[in-house]
Amino acid sequence: MRKVAIYGKGGIGKSTTTQNTVAGLAEMGKKIMVVGCDPKADSTRLLLGGLAQKSVLDTLREEGEDVELVNIRKKGYGDTWCVESGGPEPGVGCAGRGIITSINMLESLGAYEESEGLDYAFYDVLGDVVCGGFAMPIRDGKAEEIYIVCSGEMMAMYAANNICKGIMKFAQSGAVRLGGLICNSRAVDNEKEMIEELAKKLGTHMIYFVPRDNDVQRAEINRKTVIEWNPEVPQADHYRGLAKAIDANTNFVIPKPLEMEELEKLLMDYGLMN
Amino acid sequence: MATTKKKIVQWDPAHVKADLLSKYPSKVARKRSKQIMINEALGNETPEITANVRTTPGIITMRGCTYAGCKGVIMGPTRDIVNLVHGPIGCSFYAWLTRRNQTDAGENGENYMNYCFSTDMQDSDIIFGGEKKLAAAIQEAYDLFHPRSIAVFATCPVGLIGDDIHTVTKRMKEKFGDCNVYAFSCEGYKGVSQSAGHHIANNQVFRHIVGENDAEKPGKYKINLLGEYNIGGDGFEIDRIFKKCGITNISTFSGNSTYDQFASAHKADLNAVMCHRSINYVADMLEVKYGIPWIKVNFIGADATAKSLRKIAQYFGDQEFIDRVEAVIAEEMPKVEAARAEVMPRTSGKTAMMFVGGSRAHHYQELFKEMGMRTISAGYEFAHRDDYEGRQVIPDLKVDADSRNIEELEVEADATRFNPRKSAEEIKALEDAGYKFKHYDGLVPDMDKGTLIIDDLNQYEAERLVELMKPDIFCAGIKEKYSIQKLGVPMKQLHSYDSGGPYAGFEGAINFYHEIDRLVNSKVWSYMKAPWQDNPQLSATYGWE
Repeated sequence: MRKVAIYGKGGIGKSTTTQNTVAGLAEMGKKIMVVGCDPKADSTRLLLGGLAQKSVLDTLREEGEDVELVNIRKKGYGDTWCVESGGPEPGVGCAGRGIITSINMLESLGAYEESEGLDYAFYDVLGDVVCGGFAMPIRDGKAEEIYIVCSGEMMAMYAANNICKGIMKFAQSGAVRLGGLICNSRAVDNEKEMIEELAKKLGTHMIYFVPRDNDVQRAEINRKTVIEWNPEVPQADHYRGLAKAIDANTNFVIPKPLEMEELEKLLMDYGLMN
Repeated sequence: MATTKKKIVQWDPAHVKADLLSKYPSKVARKRSKQIMINEALGNETPEITANVRTTPGIITMRGCTYAGCKGVIMGPTRDIVNLVHGPIGCSFYAWLTRRNQTDAGENGENYMNYCFSTDMQDSDIIFGGEKKLAAAIQEAYDLFHPRSIAVFATCPVGLIGDDIHTVTKRMKEKFGDCNVYAFSCEGYKGVSQSAGHHIANNQVFRHIVGENDAEKPGKYKINLLGEYNIGGDGFEIDRIFKKCGITNISTFSGNSTYDQFASAHKADLNAVMCHRSINYVADMLEVKYGIPWIKVNFIGADATAKSLRKIAQYFGDQEFIDRVEAVIAEEMPKVEAARAEVMPRTSGKTAMMFVGGSRAHHYQELFKEMGMRTISAGYEFAHRDDYEGRQVIPDLKVDADSRNIEELEVEADATRFNPRKSAEEIKALEDAGYKFKHYDGLVPDMDKGTLIIDDLNQYEAERLVELMKPDIFCAGIKEKYSIQKLGVPMKQLHSYDSGGPYAGFEGAINFYHEIDRLVNSKVWSYMKAPWQDNPQLSATYGWE
């Protein structure tokens, strides 16, 4: 089983990209579990056709210790297993601790067992690596491949670089490696070249360039992944392409994060090229 | 048979200091060297000591945490406030009845000290926040006991997840109407020691309780006793003496105290401060807001007790009162002197070390002195420089980030209730006669030249000191108790008094003389070595040798 975590700046499209890619992998016949690590619990909406999922933490709170796997995972598009970690309302408690608890719960319930026949486990993690809890998926070998979703915008690149610092820290003591950057295009000037260069500097590669397309929005309004909503549109092929690239990926590295000045220079060089 | 050998111990303080530092890496040694001071007894000029700074990680310090200072020390001894700890169960359970604060439940029998209140936070409370659970716990405590007041204490995880305990307590207070509910942000990690917790407790008690009851209190000579915690019944003995002298104790902060005592504290005419470190903040605030002057007193030691009583009498200035105090001293002293004379031949010339508190390491030297014993090394766990060197250094104290982290209350004179108890002329007349207000000289001037004064002593240094200086008794807390005794030196706990006390006042002094006599003259320590270690009855060699 390959264990993949998707990180990236808030609002960059991690959940959308993850679910559409998972749909592509499911179409290839892979068996996948998606674990949403966001207190908003919206990481499996497109696969499930709506926010129909009761989170691990809510279940744990209501049912007490007596929790079964069947209570916390649901089958979504292409027979993918969908799990939402969940968490507190904004401004209270500790969401990081929640992620630790729910991943431990999934493990102890046997969600990752051989008998489940999983080809992939995907973790969709909130925003930046803000605290120990959000680093949970990359600790202790829970996820072994990280893909960072980014775009050619400064803050997205900055966040990607920061996440690399987190990966570097845990890579030294564990098996986690960076698998590449996924560019979710914002149609910025020279975006593809810039992310390719950033990837090179980080010691990795841009695994796929996902162009901007309103079909993604249309599919989202219909609570579906693009592949499910309309398998014929060009964007569906892009997600298939990303799924294939991930499936065939062998480039796993310990990233080398950039200094701030280096990052800004990159932006200047490519942003002002014309 | 074991014979009492006359012990001859020779040590040079400079050598001891160098030895203690020799094990440290150079950076740590540099820092510690400023906290280990050889007393030079230079009259008014005392050498500077570093205090109230962070303990270097890795050192097994004797200090406690901020929560311990707030909940355990200041609020713990109060009997009719429900002290509710918001956190995992251990923080409450292990702080439950461990300080041996005694109390007398009084006529209404209201006493919650023997209960252990906690919100018992679980994993899910950490994740989803503990505010609802806290509100429910406050409600439950209110429904069960209908207390006058409920105090909430934050433990470390509460600070980390950011539960807004002050808003919760404010809402509950408004909801109940007849129960004062407030909270202390005294997370254990907050300061460099328990001292931060004292300050936090002082602030909140002053903000939420003091001044709540304006009813007049009967009594002619009304005082507050600040910084007395009724360990082993110390407060009972002091109150007995006060009663005999005709002194009305409006409130004790906080031994054997009640909510109403705190609420009426502004009705006293003098504040007598025992433990300067833990409570001087309240003394200062009571003076600024209500016009009550404060003086430093000490009821540890019979002579010190007499001196403190005279100081209180002199403040009020009534001849009748002064005579009554003298009569009490005259009546109490003979039995103290008899007990002293009885133990003196056995205790005289013995040596002591004490590393405890922010005042106790100073106060108890009085008692040892009365028994003819010398203190050869002493220090505090959590004191600040003024507790060592005297209050005159306060303007020069460096305010570092750790101190800034603790709120400093801005207090002004109360618009209607400010009432200077003494006019400026009266104060001046007293001062001209040698009377000292707001004055504390600290520990340094009272210690002999060449003694070692050590701040924030740790496990390693304690053992090494005992090995090098071989005191006849070592005084500290429970954490040090057994490691010291294993070195063959009797150890007396001056936090909780082991199972003894009271040691304050006149009766207390007699108790202490007997206890120390028993400890330093016990034969048990001479049996630490097995007989064959000194006198092998059989010696042999192996055949192949």
